[in-house]
Amino acid sequence: MTDKYPQGHKYDMPDARGHFGPYGGIFVAETLMPAITELNEAYQRYLKDPEFIAELDTDLRDYVGRPSPLYHAQRWSNVLGGAQIYLKREDLNHTGAHKVNNTVGQALLAKRMGKTRIIAETGAGQHGVATATVAARMGLECVVYMGAVDVARQAQNVYRMQLLGAKVVAVESGSKTLKDALNEAMRDWVTNIDNTFYIIGTVAGPHPYPAMVRDFQAVIGREARQQCINQAGRLPDALVACVGGGSNAIGLFYPFIDDQSVKMYGVEAAGDGVETGRHSAPLCAGRPGVLHGNRTYLMADDDGEIIETHSISAGLDYPGVGPEHAWLKDTGRADYVNITDDEALTGFYALTRTEGIIPALESSHALAYTMKLAPTMRKDQIIIVNLSGRGDKDMHTIMQREGKAL
Amino acid sequence: MSRLANKFAELKAAGRKALIPFITAGDPYPEFTVPMLHEMVAAGADIIELGVPFSDPMADGPVIQRASERALTHRVGLRKVLSMAKEFRKKDQTTPLVLMGYLNPIEIMGYEDFANAAQRADVDGVLTVDLPPEEAADCVTLLRERGIDQIFLLAPNSDAERIRKMDAFGSGYLYYVSLKGVTGAGHLNTADVKQKLELIRANTHLPVGVGFGVKDAETAKTVANLADGVVVGSALISKIEANLENPEQAKHEIIALLKSMRTAMDS
Repeated sequence: MTDKYPQGHKYDMPDARGHFGPYGGIFVAETLMPAITELNEAYQRYLKDPEFIAELDTDLRDYVGRPSPLYHAQRWSNVLGGAQIYLKREDLNHTGAHKVNNTVGQALLAKRMGKTRIIAETGAGQHGVATATVAARMGLECVVYMGAVDVARQAQNVYRMQLLGAKVVAVESGSKTLKDALNEAMRDWVTNIDNTFYIIGTVAGPHPYPAMVRDFQAVIGREARQQCINQAGRLPDALVACVGGGSNAIGLFYPFIDDQSVKMYGVEAAGDGVETGRHSAPLCAGRPGVLHGNRTYLMADDDGEIIETHSISAGLDYPGVGPEHAWLKDTGRADYVNITDDEALTGFYALTRTEGIIPALESSHALAYTMKLAPTMRKDQIIIVNLSGRGDKDMHTIMQREGKAL
Repeated sequence: MSRLANKFAELKAAGRKALIPFITAGDPYPEFTVPMLHEMVAAGADIIELGVPFSDPMADGPVIQRASERALTHRVGLRKVLSMAKEFRKKDQTTPLVLMGYLNPIEIMGYEDFANAAQRADVDGVLTVDLPPEEAADCVTLLRERGIDQIFLLAPNSDAERIRKMDAFGSGYLYYVSLKGVTGAGHLNTADVKQKLELIRANTHLPVGVGFGVKDAETAKTVANLADGVVVGSALISKIEANLENPEQAKHEIIALLKSMRTAMDS
């Protein structure tokens, strides 16, 4: 995979111990250390193994449906009256989001490592579905942990996972959402370490997860970079992606990091507004701390307890963020901004009505920020927006907001 | 010599093993904790592990998770726990007190501020579940400068190399988590523990406490025959949870359990 990076690639984070400057690292209980060492060795070995890469590329092409198109949204660009907007269509992947790029990769790794059981955490259910999908395809036992609150509000995805043969465990501890599902998955892993592979869905967790998930998602940015050169004859001026844990954003950003002319905007969920405290924007309004195995920006109170988050999109409803984003923020290489629930809905309707594409609520945050950014740019400039998922899963939420019954 | 090193030396000379109870600070309510600590010492505890409540206790089973949740409803966090430690020390200047919890509260307070506060509270040791030796250098140095021991966990799958790492970074004692899993789970396999302790002892001179799976006088005695210290946590907290309407009853049952363990360990 490394041989596919652009020529003259200089950015080389993380270091051997998984640090992005002060962020990242391995902060886990001792029982997990041998498993993490084993995983890291497998990751280092197979991501340089031509046979593994060939199998992964075949799966991404024939099973996921890659490459995903880079679509010039001309009508929407004209309406906004500024930069030309290109959408990276991750919504067209099998299972409807970018999540499957990573689960296909990690499942291949699990198979190489001889693991027979797959576990995962999920918030909205997209990562859970993508995991259950690859587990079904490979005939692996699959258990997905999901907060009880999310189980109730994402019933359709719960059923999809069950159809695929996964066992969905409703987590009743803590705030009963994504962070608690992650805690419970970690507890399962500690207990069943010998036969179990934990597929983390985002660029968080202990090293090597942030780097490994990024490497599996970087196919987004590699394709987008080449497609932009082919279609527009040059590199884009800006990239925009939503950031919860941050896997779709890092997947788009990473292959462009050394292209200094390309600006990067990560869009966090401001919920009711950052000033209300009801949000999920640790990079914009949090502070550095340690959670789920890595040091990064978090939403925590003065005692270090994790604060409950809020967002209209379950996929962004997480109190931490991938450590590489923390590093890109501190170094100024990427800018992190935020979009409220109401603004995200504006983005949702805009794309639906002008381009005939119904986006996921997560991706709608990136679209809403693009509506602010594009008019400030010239018509010959280019923005690539990561359309990380399709909106079918959000129909229920949208109808509720509109006061309609499903 | 630290209070912990002193205590283990004293016990060794007397041919006894350390009884190390764990409770979560602030469970079921803040005023319960310090009197309970004194009563545990009176019942035969040699060292106290005091849990710092955390919103996301990833390595703990349901019993200790719920203890954390109960304490957090009273907003008992790290600063409050430090003030409890200080209060405990007013009446007891000899029993070593170890704070056990997760790293984030310490990160948010700042390592140096925490080390200073722990020193002012006369805390003897700190056990941070999610701080492996690879990441611990800064914290260990600050604590060591202030005479505070950093206690590390060992797991069934820790090999000789890792044990030596803990030996290099840790002091006071090492805490062997005797089964793969979370706190409060499963049961003790004596043969496995015995075998593992041989490997541990071959790679460290630090005293070794064993926890996870210690439930009653019998398991306490079994562990005492193998290790230098016996850690009991979930079994005590279960007493609190079973008597939320009657905390005095919980106190009686905790004292009775500790006394029975003490008697069995000393016989």
